[in-house]
Amino acid sequence: MGELVRVEHLKKYFNTPAGVLHAVDDISFSINKGETLGVVGESGCGKSTLGRTVLKLIDHTDGKIFFEGKDITNISKRENHELRKKMQLIFQDPYSSLNPRLCVYDLIADPLKTFHILKGEERQKRVFQLMDEVGLSKRFTYSYPHELDGGRRQRIGIARALALKPKFIVCDEPVSALDVSIQAQILNLLQDLQKQLGFTYIFVTHDLSVVRHISTDILVMYIGVMVEKSPAKELFERPLHPYTKGLLSAIPIPNIHHKKKEIVMAGELTSPINPKQECRFAARCPFATDLCRTQVPTVSEVFPNHFVSCHHVREINGI
Amino acid sequence: MRRKKETANIENMEMATRRRGQWRDILGRLFRNKLGTLGVIIVVVLLILIVFAGVFTKYDYSAQDFGSRFLLPSLEHPMGTDNFGRDLWSRLLYGGRISLLVAVVAVIIATGLGIVFGSIAGYFGGKTDLIITRLMDILMAIPALLLAIAISSALGSGPIKTAIAISISSIPHAARIMRSTVMSVKGNEFVEAAQATGSGNTRIIFKHILPNTIAPLIVNATLQLGGCIMSISGLSFIGLGVQPPTPEWGSILAAGRAYIRDFWPIIVFPSLFIVLTVFGFNLFGDALRDALDPRLKD
Repeated sequence: MGELVRVEHLKKYFNTPAGVLHAVDDISFSINKGETLGVVGESGCGKSTLGRTVLKLIDHTDGKIFFEGKDITNISKRENHELRKKMQLIFQDPYSSLNPRLCVYDLIADPLKTFHILKGEERQKRVFQLMDEVGLSKRFTYSYPHELDGGRRQRIGIARALALKPKFIVCDEPVSALDVSIQAQILNLLQDLQKQLGFTYIFVTHDLSVVRHISTDILVMYIGVMVEKSPAKELFERPLHPYTKGLLSAIPIPNIHHKKKEIVMAGELTSPINPKQECRFAARCPFATDLCRTQVPTVSEVFPNHFVSCHHVREINGI
Repeated sequence: MRRKKETANIENMEMATRRRGQWRDILGRLFRNKLGTLGVIIVVVLLILIVFAGVFTKYDYSAQDFGSRFLLPSLEHPMGTDNFGRDLWSRLLYGGRISLLVAVVAVIIATGLGIVFGSIAGYFGGKTDLIITRLMDILMAIPALLLAIAISSALGSGPIKTAIAISISSIPHAARIMRSTVMSVKGNEFVEAAQATGSGNTRIIFKHILPNTIAPLIVNATLQLGGCIMSISGLSFIGLGVQPPTPEWGSILAAGRAYIRDFWPIIVFPSLFIVLTVFGFNLFGDALRDALDPRLKD
């Protein structure tokens, strides 16, 4: 299967009163058709910004984005508008992402109306088909979002994203605002839809068990930079970056007899504003040396398709 | 009893495959609100009295009768007579035509322009916002009456011209409210969702932002109504608004000020009309605001 999205050295900086905030700093990856890239990292590390920048919803600072082999880095407003049909976004908060004054039907039909796709009965049919696809009963057609629970609201958000038949969808923590039981339903729905309709996902989350469940590849972010990227299974079996190791050891295991070796990461997150020339994880890394504090590490492919950004990756892992 | 209601609701939900008539829905919610209904009744009764003033009055509003000055309310003169012996009831009903027309038109103009300026400033932000906000600040810095005098001396007198003169100084209030509401609504993710699904700015403003901003505007508009009625009298007082002997609530009240110690009806009744109008529109506005919000159903 071919490549759908490729991102090269993508950077997104925000100008803030305190200085330049490096939200996304030099990230490169590619996603094949029908696959899912899970993006994990703690709050505020730039995961969502990465997703929105790739979608061209916010302007990038530097780097290149390719979609279906075409460079979409500097496209016109018009082309960007057309691009909305091919790439969509599913939001984290099913409460604030739905206009409270519109009923389910109008919410789902909104993208169709903007693009003047289908009229009258055809449009109605399409909306009902979408509702069916995401598992929303027809009796909710004219309900308002506030009358529905979180899971159903999220289904509306998904139906809206599917309305234009996109190829590429960025899911921005689509389940983190939901109950655990509903989380599973929505995740399964997203996976089923992917199987049926062949979507390509970027799945942004801070929940490692979710990302393991759904991803082909996983990209670990730390304060705007990519620290590790590898196939999902491999990441969980053989994490190479000290940060990833710490992150994985923090996953709770539902077994009281399980004695786990917890790797506690001391220290605070360094600021993403005007970062120094150093490895961003150096302040919290137990293996940090002077080299780490003076030089930004480069990304290297340690194993096939397993990228790590660490000066000492080989020594730490004995390879 | 309660359970019965709940089952009924569930049944309604099951049946909700047909679109509920939006206007019928809104009207239904409006009249379920008791205070709102009271407001509607007050406004409607006032309008009927004023529009068909001829049917409800016996005297010409400008007919002077010096033999019957300062009469207290009686069957003959339900609200007494004024310092020229004119029937207050007729003067107030006929006066309402000018007062209400001018005030309502002024509020509509002020709110309309306020919505336009406020939403542009709030939505686009940056330099556009800066320019519009400064303009509004300049308008606010000029005393309202002075501004109205300047405009109406340029435009001349007449109800609509008076309305325009008064409305200009009310624009900044509506615009400021609109601006801040738009800014807070804009932060919601559904606006971003609309952008992501390809909606343009106009569509986002009209479909996703404006419907979510009407609540504070309606309240502001109903409150401004009273202020506008009073502004007309201010203009009339210096000869720029409505010319005597055409009656108008504010000027009846202003003319009666001289007799406030000795003759109460000339102050009480015009005030009563103004208060009732503001009260009625306010209740109506509040109920309308609630009725327009699908979240506050039932």
